[in-house]
Amino acid sequence: MRFLTTLLGAAALALGTTAFADGHEPTKVGFIYVGPVGDFGWSYEHDQGRLAIEEAFGDKVETTYLESVPEGPDAERAIRQLAASGHDLIFTTSFGYMNPTLKVAEQFPDVKFEHATGFKRADNVSTYSGRFYEGRTVLGHIAGHMTETNTIGYIASFPIPEVVRGINSAYLAAKEVNPDVEFKIVWVSTWFDPAKEADAANALIEQGADVIMQHTDSPAAMTIAEEKGIYAFGQASDMKQFGPNARLSSIIDNWGPYYIARTQAVMDGTWESMDTWDGIAPGMTEIGEFSDKIPAEVRASAQAIADAIAAGEMHSFTGPVNKQDGSVWLAEGETADDGTLLGMNFYVEGIEGELPN
Amino acid sequence: MKTAALTQPILIVTALVTLALFALFSGLDPVLLAVSIIIAAQPLLLAALGEMVVEKSGVLNLGVEGMMIIGAICGFAAAVETGSPALGFLAGATGGAALALIFGLLTQYLLSNQVATGLALTLFGLGLAALIGQSYAGIKPPPFPKLDLPGLSDIPVIGPLFFSHDAMVYIALALVIGVWLFLGRSRPGLILRAVGENHDAAHSLGYNVILIRLAAIAFGGALAGLGGAYLSLVRVPQWNEGMTAGAGWIALAIVVFGAWRPWRVMLGAYLFGGVTILQLNLQAANLTPLWLLAFGFFLFAIWRTLTSRRPLELLGLWLATVLTAAIAAKYPISIQSQYLSMTPYLVTIIVLVVMSADRLAANLNAPASLGRVFHKTG
Repeated sequence: MRFLTTLLGAAALALGTTAFADGHEPTKVGFIYVGPVGDFGWSYEHDQGRLAIEEAFGDKVETTYLESVPEGPDAERAIRQLAASGHDLIFTTSFGYMNPTLKVAEQFPDVKFEHATGFKRADNVSTYSGRFYEGRTVLGHIAGHMTETNTIGYIASFPIPEVVRGINSAYLAAKEVNPDVEFKIVWVSTWFDPAKEADAANALIEQGADVIMQHTDSPAAMTIAEEKGIYAFGQASDMKQFGPNARLSSIIDNWGPYYIARTQAVMDGTWESMDTWDGIAPGMTEIGEFSDKIPAEVRASAQAIADAIAAGEMHSFTGPVNKQDGSVWLAEGETADDGTLLGMNFYVEGIEGELPN
Repeated sequence: MKTAALTQPILIVTALVTLALFALFSGLDPVLLAVSIIIAAQPLLLAALGEMVVEKSGVLNLGVEGMMIIGAICGFAAAVETGSPALGFLAGATGGAALALIFGLLTQYLLSNQVATGLALTLFGLGLAALIGQSYAGIKPPPFPKLDLPGLSDIPVIGPLFFSHDAMVYIALALVIGVWLFLGRSRPGLILRAVGENHDAAHSLGYNVILIRLAAIAFGGALAGLGGAYLSLVRVPQWNEGMTAGAGWIALAIVVFGAWRPWRVMLGAYLFGGVTILQLNLQAANLTPLWLLAFGFFLFAIWRTLTSRRPLELLGLWLATVLTAAIAAKYPISIQSQYLSMTPYLVTIIVLVVMSADRLAANLNAPASLGRVFHKTG
C-alpha cells in the first residue's frame, strides 16, 4: 500500500514537472452562469460554448464553471474565486454581473474577463453580446401573422435595455403585418423560475394570448403553450423537444465560435479589450428552423427578413417610429444607432402599459 | 366573544367575494383565476405542512428545498418510466422521505447541528437531483387526470371550483385535516408535541424521542417530495434543474408565519400563491398593483370594524381604503416590477402577522425544543 502511494506520488510529481518544463500548462477558462447548465435556455447555450472550447483545444485548455450564481454581491465572491484559482480567461454570462466583474478585474489585472450583455469595459474586461433583437424582428413577424386573437403574450424578466429592445423590435415587426396586434407584457423579475414562468404563461393565455414570446431562461412557457394548444418561440435555445407542436421558431444563441476565438487570443497573447455585438450575419444570433405550422408564404417572408438583416439591407428599427408618448424617435428612413439601442429605456408607440424602471 | 369567533370566517368570505367581484369588473375570469391560485398554492402547502409537523416534534430541517427538488425528479422519473402519475407521486414522496432520513440519521444519531445539516441537505438534494435528472430533460410526463364527476363537474362555476381538480388538491386538503386532527385531537399527536416541547421530559416518561422524531422527519420529507412532484408533474410539467427556485425557503417561512397551525399554514400557502398569480394577472391586464394595497386596507378595515371600538382608527382605515382605491382607479399605471415581485412576500407576511396579533400569548406556539440537540441519557 505504501509502495503504491509513493509510486503514485512520484508519477504525479513527474507529470507536474514535465508540464512546467514544456511550458504547456493548459490555459484555464472559467465561466459564471446565472442559471443551472440544465436550464435548456440561456445558461445551457453558454455551456455549449464552453464545451466547444474543450473540443477545439483538447488538453490545451481546462474549463471550469460555476452555475446558478445569483446576480449582485454574491457574484463577486464567485468571480474572485475563479480569478484567484489561476484562470486566465473568465466569462461572466449575465447582465447583473457587470459591476462585480469590473471590481474583481481591477484586483486581477493579469486575468482577462469577458462580460456578456454589459456596457462597461476596462483594459482587461471585454464585453460581448448577440443582437438578439434582430432575431426578435423575425419572430415578431411570424407572431403577427399567426395570432388569431391579435394578442401576443410576452414574458419579460427585468426592464434592462436588452429586454426592452426585444419587446420593441418584436412589436414593430408584428404591428407591421398585423395593425390590430396587441402585446400583453408580464414582468416576472427573474431569469429562471420555471413555476413562475409557467404561471405567467397561464395568466397571459387566460387573458386571450394565443402566441407567447419570452425573455426568460427556462422552457416552462413552451411546455404550457404545448399543453394549452397555442404557439410559442424557443428562447436562447431551440426548445423544440418541449413543444413539438407549439414551437414556431426560435432564437438560438451560438456562443461557440466567439468563445473559441477569444480563448485562442489569450493563448496567442493577442487578447485585447473590445466590444462585440454580433447579430444574424456572423451567426451569433441564429434563427431556429421554421415550423410547418407556419404558412409557406409567411415562412418565405420571415426568411427574407432574416436574409435582409444579415445582408445589412434592413434594420430592425427603421423610421418612422415614435416613442410610446408620441414623440418622434426615428424619422422616415432613419435607423437607430447602437448607442440608443444599448441604452433603450422606452417603449415604442402602440405598446400599452408603463415600462418599469 | 361571539363576534371574535366569527371574525376569521367573515374576513375570508369577504376577501373571496371582493376578489371575485374585482376580477369580474376588470375583465378577468374569477373561476380561472381561482383554479390557477389553487395550483400555485399546492407545492407550498404540501411542503409547509410537512415541515410544520417536523418542527412540532422539535426538529428544524432547513433542507425543504433539497427534499422538494428530489421529490420533483423522483416523481418525474417514475411517472415517465411507468406512465403512471400516481406512481410518480408515490416515488416523489419516497424520494423526499429517503433524503429526509439521511438528515434524520445525521442529526438524531450522530447529533450533528440541525441548521448546518439542513443547509447541506439542500445543496446535496439540488446536486443529486441534477445528476438523476440528466436524461429526463425535454420529456413530457404523462398527464395527471383531473376529477371528472358526471353532473357535478359540469355545473358552471361550482364544478370547476370544487369538483374538477387533480387528486393531489383533495389529498392535500385531507392531509391538512388529518394533521390538524392528529396534532390537536389524538394521543400520538400529543406525544409528538410533547417531544417537541421538552424532549428530556418526554424521554423520562419513556417515550422514544429519537424514533418519534425520525418518523416526523420522514413524514415531512415525504410531503416536501409530494410538493416537488406536484411542481414537475402538474404545475410546470417538465423537469428542469433547480426548478424549485426557492419554493422550499418560502415553505419554511410560511410555517413560521402560520404560527405552527395547520389551517394558518394553509392560509399562508394560498395567500402566497394567490398574490403571485394575482400580480401576474394584474400585469397582463395592465392594472396597477395598487389594487392589491387597497384590497389589503379593505380587509384590515373590516377586521377592525368587527373587533375594535375606536372610531378614529376605523375612520382612518376606511379613508385609507377609499383613498388607495381612488388613486388606483385614477392612475391605472403599473409600478416597478421589483415591487410587483415583492408583493406576494409582503402581503403574506403582513396578513399572517396581523391575524396573529390579537392573540399574542397563544402566538408563542413555537415548539420549545425546536432545533435543540437531544442527548439520550440514562
